[in-house]
Amino acid sequence: MKSDSRGDIQGPVLTATLAILVAVLFVLSLMTGPASFSPRTVIAALFSDQGVASIIVRDIRLPRTLLAMLIGATFGLAGASLQGLLRNPLAEPSLFGAPQAAAAAAAAIMAFGLANALSLAVPLAGIAGALLSVGALVAIAGRRASLTVTLLAGLALASLAGAAIALILNLAPNPYIALEIAFWLLGSLRDRSMEHVWLAAPFMIVSWFVLAYNAKAFRALTLGEDAAASLGVNVERTRVLVVIGVALGVGAAVSVAGAISFVGLVAPHLVRRFYGSDPARVLLPASLAGAALLMAADIAVRLIPAVIEIKIGVVTALIGVPFFLAMIFHERRALEDSTQ
Amino acid sequence: MKPNNAPRLVSSGITVVRGSRRIVDNADLTLNAGEFTILAGPNGAGKTTLARAMAGVMRTEGSTAFDGVSLRHMQPRARARAISYLPQGHEFHWPMRVDSIVALGREPHADPFSQTSIKDRIAIERAIEATAVGEFSSRLITTLSGGERARVAIARALATEASVLIADEPTTSLDERHQLIVMDLLQRIAHGGTAVLAIIHDLALAMRFADRVVIMNEGRIVANDSPQLALTPDRIAEIFGISVNRVETPDGPLLLPSRAL
Repeated sequence: MKSDSRGDIQGPVLTATLAILVAVLFVLSLMTGPASFSPRTVIAALFSDQGVASIIVRDIRLPRTLLAMLIGATFGLAGASLQGLLRNPLAEPSLFGAPQAAAAAAAAIMAFGLANALSLAVPLAGIAGALLSVGALVAIAGRRASLTVTLLAGLALASLAGAAIALILNLAPNPYIALEIAFWLLGSLRDRSMEHVWLAAPFMIVSWFVLAYNAKAFRALTLGEDAAASLGVNVERTRVLVVIGVALGVGAAVSVAGAISFVGLVAPHLVRRFYGSDPARVLLPASLAGAALLMAADIAVRLIPAVIEIKIGVVTALIGVPFFLAMIFHERRALEDSTQ
Repeated sequence: MKPNNAPRLVSSGITVVRGSRRIVDNADLTLNAGEFTILAGPNGAGKTTLARAMAGVMRTEGSTAFDGVSLRHMQPRARARAISYLPQGHEFHWPMRVDSIVALGREPHADPFSQTSIKDRIAIERAIEATAVGEFSSRLITTLSGGERARVAIARALATEASVLIADEPTTSLDERHQLIVMDLLQRIAHGGTAVLAIIHDLALAMRFADRVVIMNEGRIVANDSPQLALTPDRIAEIFGISVNRVETPDGPLLLPSRAL
């Protein structure tokens, strides 16, 4: 094995670059808003009492920045993990409506006054919704996980989640709640507090460990399920852990930020080739790229001049869907082959 | 390394039932060290299912034991170090580099966080050399031809350095030259001390390369003998529905299929 090739050095360099990018975006995000601060002011306001500046940085911008970072990383990792399990670059939580299912479950709880937005019941409901969606997808995709079956199952599940949301809006006790839910479904990090961070972060961090534990299994699965099993991988257990990990992460993320889509599709795709398409090595850079993407999107929505702030879920979908179409175009031959 | 012809993998009473159909019906099969066994049979005879059962990747009735230890009592990774399995179709889902794919054969030897050891490197190097994939070891698997991919798949299975190698249709979709190269390679691996089982459709190749030929039909093992005794024209006519001519050549007897019956 030659170790002098480009691939062995460019991976670690990119990982370090992404980590620095996340740190830079973190500071930029604290600087950006109606009142813009210098980096020095931000650092001072963060660590010492600077009056109004401290209130803005610590109470308004820090929670949304932390959430953007955690949620972006969670979606990046969840996407890369699902792709590793299903051996398919088009696998993405939002393509089969996992965020929508989580949103439907969480929205149902709020709409009918069973719990308020800061109750633990909301992320738990979101996780349960995502669990149903991810579990059903993996069960339908089955052992062979053919591209066509996976995507069709995803379409059906996404439609089902959409129908559930429509039903909740339909049955919402008053129009004000319906509007609230509709906005929440668009995905936003605005006006989030540290309580939202504490509510969702533990679940997301657990999901990282659950998913990263399967890294070697994803690598072996590149040879298909039988070969992976023959290499000592417990394929059934991997499947269950990925379903649980994705559901924990996506469910918790959606329950505090609403439905944010396509980060899990875009992030792994951007970095994959620099890591030799190795599904295990892609996990960390995909999370960093996801964090960077969502933080950048959250900075962008604050910079776009508009009377009403553009919701971040709208931005990620507007970027993600054309990206997805481009990927389908690129994968056209594989998709056409799989229908034969 | 066990002496040649010592039994390594012993399966008995393997039975797999799907609905009302007995896909494998009470099959007994032993793989010996240093022996190249070829499993043949018409489509749907249950060959792949028996191979998967013996590789330990599916649960069945009956039992399979490696060196006297039941596969059920072995940790999956210990089993993976003992038995290397190459499924049919040679799937490669990601455009990974050839040497990274061959290195996957070492996964059963590594704990979750360890880097490749010197022993791993040597095994990978040996597998790459045996299959002659070194010239494209830094290329992406997606850029290779079918014959090259088949050799990479075998290299991956070899890198494990298991004492048993089970290969399901390793020559399918290869041109004749590559079929011969792969068969020759499997034979050499066996004669180096590994117990090798390969599912092969081409009876002429079975006759030419096998030390032992096992024939399955409708879930049952109907012959388990030397190629000459297993592949008689009468049995081939009965089970495969073709008529063959046997020709004596300097390379030994060859089978030439002539027509469907």
